Order: sequence, then structure tokens, then C-alpha cells
Amino acid sequence: MAEGRMPERARLERPRGDRGDRERNQALAALTLDPEKIRGKHAALCFATMAVMLGLPLWWKTTETYRAALPYSQIGHLDSMLLRLRVPVSVVFIQGSLPIVDQQKLPFTVVNERDVPLKCKMKLKCRFQLAYRMAGSHEEKAFKKDTIEEAEAALPLPKEDTLGSLNIFVIPEKSSLLPKDKMSYIGPKRTAFVRGTQVRQALTVMGQRILQVAQSMSLTDEVLAAALGDRLPEDKVSLDKRRPLKSSLGYEITFSLLNPDPKSHEVHWDIEGAVENYVQPFLSLLSVVGNFSMDSQILYYAMLGVTPRFDAASSSYTLAAYSLPHVINPVEARLGSRATSLYPVINFLLYVPERAHSPLYIQDKDGARVATNAFHSPRWGGIMVYNVDPSAYNTTKYPVKVDVDMVPVMEVFLSQMRLLFGIPPPQMPENFLLGDPPREGLRSWEVDRLVWARTVENVATVVTTLTSLAELLDKIGNIVIKDNVASEVYRAVDAIQEAVVELSAGNLELAFRYSREAVTSSEKAFFDPSLLHLLYFPDDQKFAIYIPLFLPMAVPIFLSMIKIIVENQKARKDIEKVD
Amino acid sequence: MEQVQFLGPGMDPVSENRPHPVPSGESLHWLTLGEVSHGGQQCFLVSALWAPGMKAGPPQPAGSLPLALAPLSTFSKRPLSTAVLEALSAEESSKARNLENRLEIDGFPPSPLVVKDFIVLRGLCSPALGRPGQLLNGHTNNWAVLVCTSRFWFNYRHVANTLSVYRSVKRLGIPDSHIVLMLADDMACNPRNPKPATVFSHKNMELNVYGDDVEVDYRSYEVTVENFLRVLTGRVPPSTPRSKRLLSDDRSNILIYMTGHGGNGFLKFQDSEEITNVELADAFEQMWQKRRYHEMLFIIDTCQGASMYERFYSPNVMALASSQVGEDSLSHQPDLAIGVHLMDRYTFYVLEFLEEIHPASQANMNDLFQVCPKSLCVSTPGHRTDLFQRNPQNVLITDFFGSVRKVEITTERVALKPDPSSLGYSHLKCQKDEELTEPLNYAEQLPVAQIIHQKPKQKEWHPPGGFILGLWALILMVFFKTYGIKHMKYVF
Repeated sequence: MAEGRMPERARLERPRGDRGDRERNQALAALTLDPEKIRGKHAALCFATMAVMLGLPLWWKTTETYRAALPYSQIGHLDSMLLRLRVPVSVVFIQGSLPIVDQQKLPFTVVNERDVPLKCKMKLKCRFQLAYRMAGSHEEKAFKKDTIEEAEAALPLPKEDTLGSLNIFVIPEKSSLLPKDKMSYIGPKRTAFVRGTQVRQALTVMGQRILQVAQSMSLTDEVLAAALGDRLPEDKVSLDKRRPLKSSLGYEITFSLLNPDPKSHEVHWDIEGAVENYVQPFLSLLSVVGNFSMDSQILYYAMLGVTPRFDAASSSYTLAAYSLPHVINPVEARLGSRATSLYPVINFLLYVPERAHSPLYIQDKDGARVATNAFHSPRWGGIMVYNVDPSAYNTTKYPVKVDVDMVPVMEVFLSQMRLLFGIPPPQMPENFLLGDPPREGLRSWEVDRLVWARTVENVATVVTTLTSLAELLDKIGNIVIKDNVASEVYRAVDAIQEAVVELSAGNLELAFRYSREAVTSSEKAFFDPSLLHLLYFPDDQKFAIYIPLFLPMAVPIFLSMIKIIVENQKARKDIEKVD
Repeated sequence: MEQVQFLGPGMDPVSENRPHPVPSGESLHWLTLGEVSHGGQQCFLVSALWAPGMKAGPPQPAGSLPLALAPLSTFSKRPLSTAVLEALSAEESSKARNLENRLEIDGFPPSPLVVKDFIVLRGLCSPALGRPGQLLNGHTNNWAVLVCTSRFWFNYRHVANTLSVYRSVKRLGIPDSHIVLMLADDMACNPRNPKPATVFSHKNMELNVYGDDVEVDYRSYEVTVENFLRVLTGRVPPSTPRSKRLLSDDRSNILIYMTGHGGNGFLKFQDSEEITNVELADAFEQMWQKRRYHEMLFIIDTCQGASMYERFYSPNVMALASSQVGEDSLSHQPDLAIGVHLMDRYTFYVLEFLEEIHPASQANMNDLFQVCPKSLCVSTPGHRTDLFQRNPQNVLITDFFGSVRKVEITTERVALKPDPSSLGYSHLKCQKDEELTEPLNYAEQLPVAQIIHQKPKQKEWHPPGGFILGLWALILMVFFKTYGIKHMKYVF
């Protein structure tokens, strides 16, 4: 090959050496003016432009990660938004509860705002709007009754009895409705009574008292701690914040009867009746918070994971407090789970111990018997041990028939349910009198407190979900955002803004509904399977994929470009020389 | 202060289960013995002592001891209990002993706790004493994602690795509902397995890790990079059942175990695709952003395993690997009867270690780091703890491998009034139930004996392959004979 080329090159070079500069210029001029050459040049340029103008954008467009537009700036603002929780309180003064001077100032409205310190940029303010007025004749009449319960029952239905609102009545200082040492009474509904005063500046003094009552009925620190969890500064975090279940759209409740010894016990429980009479009314009050579905099962030969210890003194068996954590796991494997639903499951287990291990008692840390004979585990559920009456064993016929008395069982399960949903038994200052809860076992304002907590929790969850989604999109390049995901994000942003507006307007129910909508949309957006559409490829792999595509095309284009440039330069130099 | 171990039986001292042990009204004094870090939180190590005339109060930091109990160094190498009791009068010491008993009931074992160079009677760590600005330790549930990424019979050992970890976490209390097990190939049913329905991890068929109740969530071709990432990030299709999801929350500790063939920066899935360390780190970050875990332990047994955790950047992740970058992980336990290696060295020693663990044991992560020294493993196991907030010293093995639940005693009851109308109803119901349940009997069990002794099924007759081929050839020949080649175009 090399020899073959040699003479050719020699032939090419010879004329160069032989002819003078002029001739060479002429030849070059002819060369550049040669129409064939020019057409070739144009073609090469055309290809190059096509590749750059059309090919590159096309390649870029088709290989880019699809990202629908998202409201980044709005999401950015969410992080540092101001959340104002307005609690509308109507304060009614009964005749004689205020000095005459102050009475004339009524009616008017006082707003009290309190900052809740948070760790993050979000600001939280609790705003109590106290609307003062004098009592009407109907209300006056109710307070002629002898006891406070009767007075409460006789009160006309308040105009505003919505979720989250409060009605506080101020009764005369000397009133006999309240016991002497009590300052206030908090009823089972959204009503409270506060003792009035006759001192100077009575309204200021009363304002403080009313505020205290209103606070303990709605937005206590515990409520906020339960809702905000890790956003509160540590010194404010209460220990039982891990106990309640997280906010969810629905809950599955399973009642299980464990009968490890069916040879000796034939256990019957009227779970249907108990659910109908006790659980259903309880849950119907909570239905604002989520959907509940219930089922029950009986498990035979389901053992606890721990062997109880025999206590000779009382000839009974005991489960010590420290062994309780190991009880649940072996049982849980038997409980089964429903495949269809993704809501959190709450388990309530009634354990009837084997005959060999009964009676069985749970001991607390001090070694004392637990009155309820029950314990619960945060976010999981509760277990109660139900001992068979020992006199039932005075028979020769086995299995012994056991009819479970559902009332004590349900008493325990409902109190556990309260704890698991985050409604701990209220802790009130000494001088507060607490009304008995109604038959359902839940006070209206306790439900309100839960809804407050859930709304704030939902808002916080949505804010974290959306901001972390935005952050992730920024950080990780290959996340795809499809149009439907984007629309969910928009919906979530809209809903949360609505929720914030409604919260500051004091419409708790609406706010809660919006916040739930926002949670649903934002979760849907975050967990949409299409986000994980592309797998990650490192850059060197991408390079390896595109090289075989681009190289065959790029080489001729680049070479011709280089040639054109070189020729142009040469031509220009020659022209200069001619000049 | 580094050597402190809390010896509550399976309990976390930092929890709501441990209230202030000082009964109100009694004048007790807290003796602060020093500070320890527990759960990323600085705690005071205190011992409660009775002292006359002193009010119960919050513990004071070490150095401001008002007691005439002498500086701590004087107790060096002696049980504090005796030292303290000596220092007190007879009456006082009896009260102190009472307190000791109470503490014992409280769940603290009698054995003294060792604090580097002196011995302390009791260690108490109350979260109320923690300094602000530090995280509370606490998880309420445990999850495990166990992945074997290899196919084919000669990768038997990877399946055995995964199943042995599965067996350990299950034994230590994580229920199947909280374990996502991904097995790429089913060695137990492999035709080359001389012992069907078993997977052994030890030579001479000593330990069968394929127990009676192995619940595989993702098997064979379902084990893909995509599915794995979907499980982690929660972006699964809506039809996915509960058992195939990782439904963890912000209070979950997650154990992720992976094994297979890998290289620098990737782990191969089934010889067809691979997961890179960047992808894995991004998945963890997405989990963290969505609060899908509280703490995470990542263990990988593969060649150049350390490269897989290099890129992690999310907090609260502790990672372990069987080998450093540039090293191979080696197999162990060749078995002549089965014909393959049964396990990998690293997991083999991890399993040996885990077999010693029980739900209440106090072994910590540092013990796990030392499980497989280079002399045994041949490769150099690595670990990474810089993202983790707590000192590995204070992280119990059971925080990840087991599931010890927090429980609380229920003390409250809701007062319910029995509904008289419902009583009659329930009575009726009960009677009805009785009538129904009376004739119930145990169900006929599976006729195992019959199944075992039945004759092998007669094979159906199929014409031999050559016959079919010949038939086709004949048909074609007849076709060409009749129409000739040129009519081909009418056929096609």
C-alpha cells in the first residue's frame, strides 16, 4: 500500500515544486472555485448544521427525564409558612358574675395569641378569640338549677356548636353550682363553667382564667406535641408521643380471642354485641378522623411467647413487667393480616390462659398486680388476660364452658383505644372539676383536641412530603414527574393552602377535610410508581451507549469541518500574500 | 465512660417504661456518677441513694457532689454498693438496700455495671436528664429486607446466607409480616439438590436454614433492581399486597441484608442487571426524606462490598460489608454431598454470632464489627458509622435483628354501663352460637400417607421429536412435488 501511494504523492508534489507562486495561486483559486468542491463543502456544512440544529436537540429531548412543571416556589414558601390556629370561644357572663362597671363594656371580643416555638422555619400561633357577651334569658334560667349537670342539660343549644368551638359560661362568684374549692367545671360537651369575680380589673382576671380553661380544652401542649413530634424543641417533647398511631385515612381494628387450651375451655364471647353496644358508638364519635373497619377472630392453640412464673404465695401465675415485651411477637405471627387494605391495623387480644397456667396475673414494675390485667404496645394494640372463674373447674366435664363478660373487657379495650388514638385521660389542674364522659366514653372536646392534633399533624406531614419531594428532584436527576403526579402536587398545595386559611378562620372541620385531602394527594404524588421510571446509569455507561451511535456520524462531519477550516485559512493566507 | 452497658432484660433504659424510680415524698438523693452517651443522647449515669435530710431533686452533674461520699476515684475497682454502704450508717444502709431491691424489681439485674475503671451499683439513664438538642432514642417496630440476588445452583451459598439471616431475625422476634424476603432462586426445589426441601448452611448437613415456615415475598424473576428499589422507596403498584411492602414509619429500625455477586460500586441482580451504589444511596435518601426509617443497618456480603456503602449520605445509616474495595469475599463450608459451597465466610461467622444472641442479650454493634477478623474471613470486613448518630457501643444487636416491643401497662378503664337490652340479645346470640358449634369436629388432615405411597404417575406418550420433524419434511416435499419451487410466492 505504502509503495503504491508514493508515486502519487510525488506526482502531486512535483508541480508544486516546479511551478512558481503565481501558478500555485491560480490552481488554488481554481480549486476553490471548482463547483464540485463547493457543492461538497456545502453538503458537509449542511450535514453539520442538521446534526447540530436538529439531531442534538432531538437527542436531548428524547433522552431527558420528563418533568412536568411543579409549583416549586409555593412549595418553598410552605416550609416557612405561618400556621395560625384560631379557636373561637364564646364567653357568656351570667348576671352577677361581673362588677357592674365591667358589664357595661360588653359585648366585645378579645384576641389572645400565643407563639409556639418550633425547631423549623414554620411558625405556629395559637389564637384564642374570646367573644364576651351577657347571658340571654334562656341561659339565665338554666343557671337557676341546683346542680351543675342539670344546669348544663338545661342550657339551650348554642348557636355555634361546631367542631373546635368552645362555650364558656361565667357564673357568679358565690354560686353554689360548683364545689367551694373548684374554680371551673369542664363538661362532657364543648361547654365549661368558670367562677366569676368581683375584684377590680375583673375582666383581665377573668380573661386569664377563661384562657386557661379554653386552652386545656383545645390546644394544650400535649396536643401540639402529639401532632408535631420532631418539630418541637426537645424539652417540650412528651414521652408518650410515640404511643398514638399516625394520622391515616382509615384504621383496621381486629379483636382476637386467644384460646390456647381448647381441651379445657370452650370460650364464647359476644363480640358482635359488644361492638354494637360499646365500640360502634365510640368510633362513630371518631368517624371524623377516619374510616374504621372491624373484624374479630378466635385463635386456638395460640400461645404467648413467655412462660408465666408460679407465685406460691397466691397460688397464681404471674407475668412480670419485664417479660411483657416478649409476649407479643410469637402471637403476632398467628394473627394474620389482611392483604387488601393498607391502613394501620390495631390489634386487641383477649387471652384466656391455659388451665395449667390460670389464674394468670400481670405484674407491674413494683410487683403489684395490675388491676386491669392488661397492657398495650404503642402503635400496635393491646392485650388483656381474662381469667376463667376457678369454680368452673369443679366439674368432670371438659371442656368447661366460659362465657366472657364483655363489659370489663370492653372497658379496657376502649381505654387502650383511647391511648392508641392519642386521647389520653385528661390531666387538669387541681381546681378544675371534670364532668363524667358520656356513655360513649369520649367527651366532645376530647374529639376536638384529636381533630386539632390531626389537622396540625396532617399539615406538617404534607409540608415535609412536598418539600422533600422538591428537594429530591433537585438532588436526584432521574426521577420522572408525569403530568398526573404534577396535578396531584398542585392539588396538595392548593388543599394545604385552603387548610391553612380555614385554620386561621377557625373552621376546624373544613380545615381537617382539606388537610386530609392534601395528605392523600401528596402521598399519592410521592409514592406514585411512575416516579421510579428510569433506572440510574452512571455517566461512563451512558457514554458507552452513545459512542457507537455518534462516532460513525461524527467522524466524517468533523473531518470535513476541519478540512474546510484549514482550506479557508490557507486561501485567506494566499490572498494576503497576493496583496 | 465508654464501657457502660445497660443490662435491663431486653429493655431500653431510655423509654417510658422507666419512670423516675424515686417515690415522691421520700427524701432521696441522686448521686451522679458521670455521663454516658446513650442513643445519641448525653445521659447522666446516676445511682439513687438515700441520704437523710435531703430533698429529692434532679441529679447534679458530677463534680458538684454534696455528699460526703468521697470522690468517685476512691470507689475504683470496688462495687459501689459496698463502698456506699460502708460510708453510710446502719439505718441508712438498710434503706439504701431497700432501694436496691426496688431497682431490681424495676428490671435492673443484680450484676454490677462496669464503667471503665470503677464499678457502679446501678446505672440509670432518664431521658428527662438528657441535654436538649439531642434525639431521643426509640423505635417502636423493626423491619428487615433480606435480598439474595443470585440465580443458579452454584450460587447455593447466597441463598443459604440470606436464609440464615432470615432465620436469625425471625428467631429474635421480627414477624414475617415485617420481613421482606427476596430470593432469586429456589435452591430447596432445585433438581440438583440431593436433599430436596432443605438448604444447609453448615457442613455435613448440620443446620437446615430452610425451616418449615419460610415466607418468600419476592421470588425468582421478581427479584429485580426495580422491585427492590420500589420496596425501599414504597413506590409499588397499588395492587401490591401488604406482605410485599415495606410499611415502615419514622419509628422503624430497618435491617437491610444483601448478598450476591458484586464489583466495585455495583451488585449484580440475576446476571441480567445491577444496582449501583449511587442508586442505593439515592433510595436511602428518599426513604429518609419520607421518614420511612428511624435507623438503618445495612449489611452486604459480596466482593468489594465496601464500595456499596461509600456513596451513602443519608443520616442514621450504619453499614457493614464483608470485604474492602479490591478484595473478594470468599466462600466457606464446601460440602461433598451437595457439591457446592454452603455459605460465604462473612455471613457464616455472622450467623455463628447471631446464634448466640437472644432477645434480651446485650451484645452491641462493636461485637458485630469484630465478628469476622481477617484471619477467618480472608477478606477484610468493613463498617461505616459516620452517618449514624449513636455510638455503636450503645446500639444493641437486638435493636436491628430482633424486635423487642415497648409495652405499657394499662391502668385506666373507661366506665361502661352494661346495656340491659343488649344482654338479652347477646344471650340469644350465644345460644345460637352453641347450636352451631356443637357438631364441629377436627377437620380431616391432609392424607399424607396416601400421598407418599401412591404409585408414580404414568408418563403420557408423546411421539418422538424426530417423527414430527420427518412429518413436516414429508409435507413440504409433497408440496414442492405438486406445485414446484416457482409457486412459492403464492404460498408466502
